[in-house]
Amino acid sequence: MRTDRGSWGKVISGGLIFGGAAAFVSLAGMVEALGVREIVIGVIDLGRLLLLLIGLGAGYQAARRGIGGALTALARGLLAGAAAGVGLSALLVLASVVNLRGMFINASPTLLEIISFGRGTAGVPLVIAAGAVAGALGAVATLLPGAVRGPLGAGVTVTIVVGLFQELLQIILQEGGIRSAIRQFIFVPEGLPPRGALGVFLVVLVVSAVWRSRQPVVRGWILKRPPPQQRLVRLLGLLLAVAVALLLPLAGGLFISQVLVLVGLYTLMGLGLNLEVGFAGLLDLGFVAFFAIGAYTVGLLTSTGQYGIAHWSFWAAMPVALVVSLIAGFLFGLPILRIRGDYLAIATLGFGEIIRLLALSEALRPWFGGSQGVLFVPKPIIGGFEFSGPAQIYYITLASSVLIAFVAARLRDSRLGRAWMAMREDEDVAEAMGINLVNVKLLAYGIGGAFAGMGGAIFAVLLGSIFPHSFSLLISINVLALIIVGGMGSLPGVVVGSLFLVGLPELLREFSDFRFLVYGAALIIMMQVKPEGLWPAAMVRRELHKEEPVGVVAEEPAAVERVEA
Amino acid sequence: MALLDLESVHVYYGNIHALKGISLTVEEGEIVALLGANGAGKTTTLRTISGLLRPREGRVRLRGEPIDTLPPHVIVYKGIGHAPEGRRIFARLTVEENLKMGAYARSDAQGIRDDMDRVFVLFPRLKERIAQVAGTLSGGEQQMLAIGRALMARPRLLLLDEPSMGLAPVLVEQIFETVKSINQQGTTILLVEQNAYMALTIAHRGYVLQTGEIALSGRAEELQANEEVRRAYLGG
Repeated sequence: MRTDRGSWGKVISGGLIFGGAAAFVSLAGMVEALGVREIVIGVIDLGRLLLLLIGLGAGYQAARRGIGGALTALARGLLAGAAAGVGLSALLVLASVVNLRGMFINASPTLLEIISFGRGTAGVPLVIAAGAVAGALGAVATLLPGAVRGPLGAGVTVTIVVGLFQELLQIILQEGGIRSAIRQFIFVPEGLPPRGALGVFLVVLVVSAVWRSRQPVVRGWILKRPPPQQRLVRLLGLLLAVAVALLLPLAGGLFISQVLVLVGLYTLMGLGLNLEVGFAGLLDLGFVAFFAIGAYTVGLLTSTGQYGIAHWSFWAAMPVALVVSLIAGFLFGLPILRIRGDYLAIATLGFGEIIRLLALSEALRPWFGGSQGVLFVPKPIIGGFEFSGPAQIYYITLASSVLIAFVAARLRDSRLGRAWMAMREDEDVAEAMGINLVNVKLLAYGIGGAFAGMGGAIFAVLLGSIFPHSFSLLISINVLALIIVGGMGSLPGVVVGSLFLVGLPELLREFSDFRFLVYGAALIIMMQVKPEGLWPAAMVRRELHKEEPVGVVAEEPAAVERVEA
Repeated sequence: MALLDLESVHVYYGNIHALKGISLTVEEGEIVALLGANGAGKTTTLRTISGLLRPREGRVRLRGEPIDTLPPHVIVYKGIGHAPEGRRIFARLTVEENLKMGAYARSDAQGIRDDMDRVFVLFPRLKERIAQVAGTLSGGEQQMLAIGRALMARPRLLLLDEPSMGLAPVLVEQIFETVKSINQQGTTILLVEQNAYMALTIAHRGYVLQTGEIALSGRAEELQANEEVRRAYLGG
């Protein structure tokens, strides 16, 4: 098996697949479109970086799978990278022979120029050579010891991130003595120059290396302190996290705040769906319905426009929205109590659409406003302070997320949580253990729905108006994807997942055309490389650890171990 | 009064008449074996008793009180534990979590701890593997866990469905020994088995099911001696 996977033929075919991927993203237009964004001025842009990463990836995977010494690994990486270069070159040759643009409108001269380093078909050897070099670099990455690879990887990653988000960072670092000093040190107005990039890289490299060598010492020092002091350290860490969370919108400005609020809303929904899918094992593709119900409840109760029925304040309406979506969850659960698996997915899908179509319908227009929506939802006010924009509403989102996450954690460890877990594992046996499946299921739908309803309530005041088209199926899918990426059943995973799947795409506007391409690719890669999610729940981590020796008695479930050794 | 009695119970799967008027009794303190070929209705009978299936006609009574209309979780509270066919342990949970799940119907922390210790006395292997994920246990250990989990509800009547299924002969013997000692500690047992020979060596009485009906019943020794039973189930 191993030798088979390691054979040279596999290396070449693997490299060609990466080359095919490079050709594909080029033809899809990503390379050219992303080329607009310079990472390091005059050195590399995002489009080329993408191609480079594909080359690195080809070398990395080829070297990692092989057996034998460092030289063999290097040769494998080189070969795989070259093969990837050949794959990409095929595109160049093809484009020079036939007019690709008839079919692929993105096969523009500019694209070909980017790929061929401006030399047309004469650039083919260069592309192959570049692929080989990238592949060899990728192979080198597998050979380095962790103490070198870690800081190096951190340095490169941070430099790329800094280059990618240079505009935002420059805004953040605009004013103030020290802040503008940092800005002037790293950036020029147009972006990140090679000098700044090198500076960032070196600083991160050193910091990361120092941290790596000191971390065990620091941890040991903390562990040797008496418990009260340990608790103090933990408390300080927590306070630091809270402070960062509180200061983020102030430092980041309007755009960042907007993104953070979106992340927060998706976190709320994710916590709710995680409760249904992750804890209780009830797949739900119509989850957006609860979000919509929460939003419409607050909208109708507070609106000063024509559909407003009560002119309540947000604070009075929000608890009602929670209760309404809780009840909606119960009602939603009733007809589908006996449905399992795939059928459940389809039934819930229907529910989501029903709610959206009801909101959209002409017949209910006198109450819900139809496609025109509910307008004039006032902003929340507390003692004269108006939560007027994303930067203020962020705090409501933050507070709700923390509260809901706390509730979810307590529920998970409760008797009800255990019942959900048993039901997820085996409904029949759970029933035979004395678990009342009806109650337990309805509670999962109800509480999960209430969490999403809270998100919806905030969404209503964030936009100030509600339209049915905001509540499309896509949101349900998004939420499901984010809890899968974050780690099914894991609470921190929900936050990580929404940062990755909601926050990141918002920040990378250039991706917007390719959002779903990237999304799909990310999900597939994720399921291949880290199926348990970015921050997996303890149980799933345990399950995917089968290759490790099991049966060690009386040891706490491995605390924070990495799956890939 | 019998601990459990079934009175002409009829159960259908859709149009299929699975149990055609089963009547049986289990007295306090007994081990009763329910024998029969595949598809005779043994598992159906157990699922009916624990409320997972509803009889269309007939009654199921626990100490004279009808329980056939009660939902399964209430029946657990009434004192009937069920170790289902094919083990069906919670494969992703640890041994300890599985056992705790078995005690879901109870809330007396001290009693649960005592019973867990009791299970560990019966099955020392489980104690060695307390923190292990149940799906990685061997077949025999999984069966022990399934029985242990059912015991955690502290049932008065334990329904055991094919505890010997798929186990090596030496393990089968061990499991049956344990079933016997569970019974001696005061738990009444209704045992479904294909391994009729083993079942009848530990049972007090037995019933033989044939296509949804009781074909024979009697004391274990009588059944073991019965020509028909010997020919059909005991391979002799």
